[in-house]
Amino acid sequence: MAHGPAKGITRWLFTTNHKDIGTLYLWFSFAMFILGGFFAMVIRAELFEPGMQLVRPEFFNQMTTMHGLVMVFGAIMPSFVGLANWMIPLMIGAPDMALPRMNNLSFWILPPAFLMLASTLFMEGGGPNFGWTFYAPLSTTYAPDSVNFFIFAIHIMGASSIMGSINIVATVLNMRAPGMTMMKMPLFVWTWLITAFLLIAVMPVLAGAVTMMLMDINFGTAFFDAAGGGDPVLFQHIFWFFGHPEVYIIILPAFGVISEIIPTFSRKPLFGYASMVYATSAIAFLSFIVWAHHMFLVGIPISGQLYFMYATMLIAVPTGVKVFNWVSTMFRGSISYETPMLFAIAFIVLFTLGGFTGLMLSIAPSDVQYHDTYFVVAHFHYVMVAGAVFSMSAAVYYWLPKWSGRMYSEAMGKLHFWVSFIGFNITFFPQHFLGLAGMPRRYADYALQFADWNMVSSIGAFIYGASQILFLYNVVATIVAGKKVSEPKTWDGANGLEWTLPTPPPYHTFTTPPDLRDLHDHQLTDDQMEEHPGSATH
Amino acid sequence: MSSEAEYYVPEQSKMPILMAASLGLAAYGGGHWMITGEGWICLLGIAAIAVMMYAWFSTVIDENIRGLPNAQLKRSYVWGMSWFIFSEVMFFAAFFGALFYLRNIAMPWLGGEGVGVNNPVLLWNGFEAEWPLLHTPDQALNGEDARFIGAHESLAFPGWSNLLHWLPLWNTIVLISSSFTVHIAHHALKHGDNRKKFNLWLGITVALGVLFLILQVAEYYEAYTHYGLKLTSGIYGTTFFMLTGFHGVHVTMGTLMLGIQLVRSYKGQFTSDDHFGFEMASWYWHFVDVVWVMLFFFVYIL
Repeated sequence: MAHGPAKGITRWLFTTNHKDIGTLYLWFSFAMFILGGFFAMVIRAELFEPGMQLVRPEFFNQMTTMHGLVMVFGAIMPSFVGLANWMIPLMIGAPDMALPRMNNLSFWILPPAFLMLASTLFMEGGGPNFGWTFYAPLSTTYAPDSVNFFIFAIHIMGASSIMGSINIVATVLNMRAPGMTMMKMPLFVWTWLITAFLLIAVMPVLAGAVTMMLMDINFGTAFFDAAGGGDPVLFQHIFWFFGHPEVYIIILPAFGVISEIIPTFSRKPLFGYASMVYATSAIAFLSFIVWAHHMFLVGIPISGQLYFMYATMLIAVPTGVKVFNWVSTMFRGSISYETPMLFAIAFIVLFTLGGFTGLMLSIAPSDVQYHDTYFVVAHFHYVMVAGAVFSMSAAVYYWLPKWSGRMYSEAMGKLHFWVSFIGFNITFFPQHFLGLAGMPRRYADYALQFADWNMVSSIGAFIYGASQILFLYNVVATIVAGKKVSEPKTWDGANGLEWTLPTPPPYHTFTTPPDLRDLHDHQLTDDQMEEHPGSATH
Repeated sequence: MSSEAEYYVPEQSKMPILMAASLGLAAYGGGHWMITGEGWICLLGIAAIAVMMYAWFSTVIDENIRGLPNAQLKRSYVWGMSWFIFSEVMFFAAFFGALFYLRNIAMPWLGGEGVGVNNPVLLWNGFEAEWPLLHTPDQALNGEDARFIGAHESLAFPGWSNLLHWLPLWNTIVLISSSFTVHIAHHALKHGDNRKKFNLWLGITVALGVLFLILQVAEYYEAYTHYGLKLTSGIYGTTFFMLTGFHGVHVTMGTLMLGIQLVRSYKGQFTSDDHFGFEMASWYWHFVDVVWVMLFFFVYIL
């Protein structure tokens, strides 16, 4: 197996290498991030002023729908799978992912699926226009024809996620280097193991939901049609049984990333490692039993509202444990503020804000006011963007020198951070006010009293959008012309197997697993870090 | 660790991308089929998937014959199959969940539980909420002009006196026996290396699988022609056909898998300590069996 990558395009098409596939996932998700961002720009441009300026309302609906779908299924989820592909084998000392050919398949079915989804915008009747939550009967009885392509696209994305997750679970459970027991794994590996379990559990449920839609639309079944004894509310139950764990599928790997970065730049081991593992597991468990808090207003009984309200509030406890541990890790650390650390700290602050608004939304009687307003939009963008996307940016700056063997420009990285931090908050903080004042989400127009904050929000969105061009520039400039680095450890506070490898790592790493039988903690000792167990491989 | 060979990481492979293209073709064709009624693109895609699966499994079997996978890689395959079966469990869970919700929550509300009167005049006059739902709300409102016309008869438990004429019972007997026969086959191979006995009992299992499918087709025929029970017969027809239908698809796949293992056994590819393909197929078969037991209780009996 002593060979490098193949030449030309076949390297990427036929590859079984976890690093190549990780790279493919990361670039693909970045492309989708740009596409989804473009849809967001259309939305914010239309909402810049009251009245209809740029697009027709039907097209606006397609934009909100496609923005959500592309960002969730195309940008955020694949980006973390890409990170898992790159990092998990390096972190646990495995030669590759457990099932390398399936790994290739789970990536390469994504581009056709998104091509198909995006092409619906050009079809007769337009693309999906029923919101990313595709509630029946909007998505069945009243849907455009293209909903059929949407359904099959979701099937393929689900298959991709399930295969990717099976691969991750098999890798983590079966491919750890000798001595790396479960409670000595890096936290990023732990969070991904739990995420993969969530994915395998709920993606088939989503497949079930879209299959029921397909049958209702084309074959006359009555799942979501009361005339035949069905119930549209059933759709919401099934969707959110998938949808709520999905939220944690997106955020748990982000927790993992932050748990790697904070200790590095605080130059202290992570505070409360075991409690982090238990808190992650607790969040995953709770995510299955809180779904109807998205449905307080569809007419569920008061007992149901109370149960789902209290169960939801419970999630704040393990989440609080995590935030406490990150802050405690930083406490009395000798902190330095490189770009990844800036993103990580911003993550902690802004994600916690998003968590608090989530707590507000969980209160059933208050939700009557907040439901389906811009308050909800602000809430989930604080956890999706300042949570998942910020952590992803942090991860890229953190590991890019390792991946590419070149250092990014710290000044440019910090510029990207500050522009996106400021742009993000200008965009989404005012949306709290808009929501509390009663502006409903998913509308192409609004009453005059919402004009000022909408204009502010749109300006912020353009700033945030522009900052992502900086991101793209930084990544490309680093890969093409960054200063070469060859030290195994890019960051002096870093710990973990990946930092014992040469920089950039060879095409195949850990073909013979490192011996970690004297590992007695989740941290490698200084001696173990010096040994470079991975550099013995080719 | 040194006693084990290196973990086999396959070289570059053309199979995944061809499989991805086939899947993409089938999915695009599926959408095209639903909208235009032309199915050939989808069928072409499905045929391509079948060819690719054949190629892929052949490669893996060939690698096993050449001794490439070490014990660790085999464990990866075991994890892979286990979690695949778990994902299938969750797929069925969605449909069972739908059944429970529709029966126990949605239907009583359609019957007027929410407004607190027994006679649901506010919703559908004359609609009665009882399971199996043979009289749909649509029918209560529009009579024979309704879009959803319920069945005349259900496939529910017909009482002890008619038990022996009840097809689902025979289906259950056939499928549960097949779980035992596949276990006997496994035992014969594992603890005696008795290939003849293995082939016999595996053959019986495949035959039982086919018999089950024949009975299922007969049941569907009965339902359509004599009971008026169709996919479009409101929620009862919907849940009945979707649950048993998806199960039937899985039985078909399971039978195919076991049939292929029978062919492989005749080719002499199994030994008492190396018969992974068969073991996975039999796990799948047991899973399909457990789903049927659930169906038998929740769709037919209760």
